[in-house]
Amino acid sequence: MTQPLLQVSRLSRHFPLGQGMVRALDDVSLTLMPEQILGVVGESGSGKSTLARIVMGLDRPTSGSVRIAGRDIFALSPRHLRQARRDFQMVFQDPYGSLDPRHRVGRIIAEPLHLDTTAPKGRDRRDLVGRLLRDVGLDAADQDRFPHEFSGGQRQRIAIARALITKPRLLVADEATSALDLTVQKQILRLILDLRDEHGIGVLFITHNLGVVDQICDSVAVMKDGRIVESGPMRQVMDHPAEPYTRRLLEAEPRLDVIGRKVRPKPS
Amino acid sequence: MLSIRNLRVTFGERPALNGIDLSLARGRTLGVVGESGSGKSVMALAVMGLLPRTARATGRIGFDGRDILTMPERDLCALRGNRIGMIFQEPMTALNPAMRIGAQIAEGLILHQGLSRRDARAKVMHLLDMVRIPRAAERIDSFPHELSGGQRQRVGIAIALALTPDLLIADEPTTALDVTVQAQILDILDDLVAELGIALMLISHDLGVIARIADDTLVLYRGTLIEQGPTERVLRRPGHDYTRTLLDALPPRVRATLRDAP
Repeated sequence: MTQPLLQVSRLSRHFPLGQGMVRALDDVSLTLMPEQILGVVGESGSGKSTLARIVMGLDRPTSGSVRIAGRDIFALSPRHLRQARRDFQMVFQDPYGSLDPRHRVGRIIAEPLHLDTTAPKGRDRRDLVGRLLRDVGLDAADQDRFPHEFSGGQRQRIAIARALITKPRLLVADEATSALDLTVQKQILRLILDLRDEHGIGVLFITHNLGVVDQICDSVAVMKDGRIVESGPMRQVMDHPAEPYTRRLLEAEPRLDVIGRKVRPKPS
Repeated sequence: MLSIRNLRVTFGERPALNGIDLSLARGRTLGVVGESGSGKSVMALAVMGLLPRTARATGRIGFDGRDILTMPERDLCALRGNRIGMIFQEPMTALNPAMRIGAQIAEGLILHQGLSRRDARAKVMHLLDMVRIPRAAERIDSFPHELSGGQRQRVGIAIALALTPDLLIADEPTTALDVTVQAQILDILDDLVAELGIALMLISHDLGVIARIADDTLVLYRGTLIEQGPTERVLRRPGHDYTRTLLDALPPRVRATLRDAP
């Protein structure tokens, strides 16, 4: 049997608040197989970003474990965790805040290599960055430009190229398309699907938008108040939601069949 | 009430709007759809008389017979708030973080309408009810950070409504919100149009948002008016390839609802 790429087991994260505590994550378990895309859907405060931070090893759980390619990342020594980090990379929501405006694109993309003493240098590094830029639909020569010269969608491509440079097996995308125009969102989703196919990466895709899940995910987990309320194959959850909360989310999506104020009488 | 004729705005050599024509009547909602760089926010600023000094505008923005482009700043100040209200995308940055929400809503009432603090507070309670903030009596003395994103946006709407404007401009009012909250906010805006007869200009990059409440829709692309007409016609029989591109960019689930329509 194939080993899961990501196995989150009984993960909880509690934050103290006054006399009590907030259960930001409450007994969350999920499994992502290699080369699959798992959507985690939830609204503000559902715990989805806390989950992303813990999977990335940026925060520690109160209890539970995260295994990436079989390794429990919180059982690793700091040195081994640093080495393991090349296996999992993250793309953030804000394409303006996540790229250092003072650095050229080439340096930004190569940044994750600075821990890796065996990484290519000089000419070879330039070639590698150029190849990645082409992989994400930009030009190799773009590495000499600055972030402000690029649109939001192009910046998100740069952020994805940076994530790919360590040849990760897992990509965590936290609302990676939410700040983009819909036409640009669609292009970035296409790119993520292509990268999954070409580089064989698995993706944990965190979003508040069910419309996005529908376009790229193989499976989906719906989160509310720190818990997973429903999960399963994407089509099953989207077409036959079992939980009232999932149905409510689906019903709140924009529709085009009730146009204008058709539902209510209009003042003449 | 609002009638824009051949509006052109340029920043130096760069055109931001190339000849926009539109009109909007009381009790109607006009959806303005466009992506980043389409000029939709420049249009909102122009109508508010808030274009930066570096912008050059020609044409006419008629509001109740007067031209906003040539109006002196003093008259514009009276217009803003009193006659034209604005709702912004980011309710956290649009609100003053150090001021209780009740005081922020009351500010315009006290400054513009000369209400006493006591009368203003009563009016604020009514406004909080209107934008459906639950337990308004407890919320009135909250600070913005104590509210959820959706509640903050409701406060933003209450501020815009405080002086009973005739025209509301909402620039991406739901973009930062969860879908369930987005639906609630759009319903509130829609009710205000229907019940108070306000004219609403709803600006969004998302046709799904526009479709929900806009009577008419105008499509902007790089400063150029691509098409405009009744929302239903624009969605069902788009007259331009760019409108079709926008429709194609909608999630398939949303697009499918157009086909299911009666």
